Amino acid sequence: MMKVADNKFLADLLAGHVPADGGDALGRLRARAVERVGALTVPTTRDEDWRFTDLAPLTRISYQPVRAATALTAADIAPFVLTEAPARLVFVDGIYAPQLSTPASGAVLLSSLAAALPAQSALVENELGRMAAFENNAFTALNTAFVNDGALVLLARGATAAQPLHLLFIATQKEVAGYPRCLVVAAAGSSATVIEDYVALTPDAYLTNAVGEFVLADDARLNHVRVQRESAAGFHIGHTAVSIAHGSRYHGINIGFGARLSRHNVEVVQTAEGGECELGGLAMVDGSQLADTHTTIDHTKPHGASRQQHKCIVGGSARAVFNGRIVVRQGAQLTNSSQSSRNLLLSDRARIDTKPQLEIFADDVKCAHGATVGQLDADEVFYLKSRGLSEATARSLLTYAFGAEILRDIPVASLRQRLEQTVLARTEIA
Amino acid sequence: MIREDSKTLLEVRGLRATVNGIEILKGMDLTVKSGEVHAIMGPNGSGKSTFAKVLAGHPAYVVTGGTVLFEGKDLFVLAPEARARAGLFLGFQYPIEIPGVANSQFLRLAYNTVQTGRGRDELDPLEFDDFVREKMKLLEMNPDFLDRSVNEGFSGGEKKRNEILQMALLEPRVAILDETDSGLDIDALRIVAGGVNQLANKDNAVVLVTHYQRLLNYIEPDYVHVTEAGRIIKTGPKALALELESRGYDWLSEKPGAEHGAGAAA
Repeated sequence: MMKVADNKFLADLLAGHVPADGGDALGRLRARAVERVGALTVPTTRDEDWRFTDLAPLTRISYQPVRAATALTAADIAPFVLTEAPARLVFVDGIYAPQLSTPASGAVLLSSLAAALPAQSALVENELGRMAAFENNAFTALNTAFVNDGALVLLARGATAAQPLHLLFIATQKEVAGYPRCLVVAAAGSSATVIEDYVALTPDAYLTNAVGEFVLADDARLNHVRVQRESAAGFHIGHTAVSIAHGSRYHGINIGFGARLSRHNVEVVQTAEGGECELGGLAMVDGSQLADTHTTIDHTKPHGASRQQHKCIVGGSARAVFNGRIVVRQGAQLTNSSQSSRNLLLSDRARIDTKPQLEIFADDVKCAHGATVGQLDADEVFYLKSRGLSEATARSLLTYAFGAEILRDIPVASLRQRLEQTVLARTEIA
Repeated sequence: MIREDSKTLLEVRGLRATVNGIEILKGMDLTVKSGEVHAIMGPNGSGKSTFAKVLAGHPAYVVTGGTVLFEGKDLFVLAPEARARAGLFLGFQYPIEIPGVANSQFLRLAYNTVQTGRGRDELDPLEFDDFVREKMKLLEMNPDFLDRSVNEGFSGGEKKRNEILQMALLEPRVAILDETDSGLDIDALRIVAGGVNQLANKDNAVVLVTHYQRLLNYIEPDYVHVTEAGRIIKTGPKALALELESRGYDWLSEKPGAEHGAGAAA
């Protein structure tokens, strides 16, 4: 086991850590995580899970914990506000910003973790850190070591959130490390749409190390849209852990446009018979960006269903990585799973590494998967040109369409339209 | 309709073309004048669909010989999009599906691009919506088709109607319709053919590429051309199509060499 001193990067990050007092639930969790960070190392390309993603550009910079919170105004965040989602929590460099937030209480609770803690300590103690395992994940351990606040969504039994809930994380400071944390617990029969949105108001390098946990009880339904639009110099490490129960349905849409280097781990576990999971993903990168997505859908019980479509659009000398792991455990009979990885290369220097990883231990299951990497289809380009469109417009429209197929599932119109505009603007440059 | 004073729109002389190094067109000749409807018929692999794609500029085909004049100008100096703006239209045998792009968005982009290319004003989304809905009535199309992705999940007949809708919007001088009748049931065929008939006028021309005579019951051609091995081996009036229907294509190719030459020259 490595000592802290052997891994200066993690040790330096921890150096800014306020010692855990160990008294309350969060304190005990932090103490465990601090200990774990000390035992772990930053992954290298020698680790199978990090083969294609060299973290050197990230670890070359030393990050400080945020010292003074940036005071933002309503005008500063106006470009990110979603009219359909009046209930909103805003975090600036990982720190809760109450003056910008509009929490909700009652059957649909939207609150900072710290504010809700006195009333919800049992639930938080049970759920926080349960799904997002940090035993073997240095970044998740690091996030957990810093957890003293976060975004909390609690849906009471049978509750329906009539409007989407917006969790907005804004990076504003150079060379600062932020540790956003989300916990969403959906009780039996509840339903909601949650937007988890990472944006930046600085062009500089910084680190967002985010962890989100989503727990769905029986028959709960959750639409989860996660948007990563960090600055072009920023670094984003994300971990999304989901558990689905009997008859529950999780629909996750993961959009990654930003960051110089991003890594997003998604882990969905079907814990009871008949859960359903749909995952959509779109990573669009150019220049020298790298976007790495690793997903695992773990069917542990019978009659589960999962459907996944991940797309990458890569231009310039950018790189995208997709590793899609589907596990069907022994006894998870009659699982119905499909995975599609479709990738578009816009330049000769762009690179995509895609890998379906099926681990099937049950014999009566349906698991379909397919992966394609290619350029725009010549017949499609010709079709549009035969209608008068220029080569550039035809290519732009087809690239846009490729991405829009994922975006169109986003159930919040203003967000969808904004992201469509981003894709369109980027295809016109490409 | 054949008229004495009509203008020559398309003049193809000795056209040769290859795909993947294999020669498919081996000397096509065709003259199309305004107001005319031509049918190009022939067995599978005789080069009729290749001919349509070469005229529209499909990048997989290489022109290796011959000339094509479009309204008196060299067609092959124009890129495919410039041919479209100049007034050449290809109705695709297999229209492409474009998930993620609304049909209305695509149709308006195509319309406005071609309008701009012809020095005319663009239409904004509201104006275009009115305009396209009128044109859709011609083809008995449900306005829902505007909101759906281009051709995605359309039936064969719906795709072909969408092609003719594009023809209606782009108002070409020469429309080449490649196997527009394939995959259509009788009702769809009647609607599609009705649309083409309404769009055909004294100033434009239609070239129907088809395998079967059936379409010609609905759109009456002025000329029927028969292709074989990359050339037109016989040209005749509408009655030729009926003869092909009853006798097949074999009787034309049974006799060797000289007979073919005579047919092509006719």
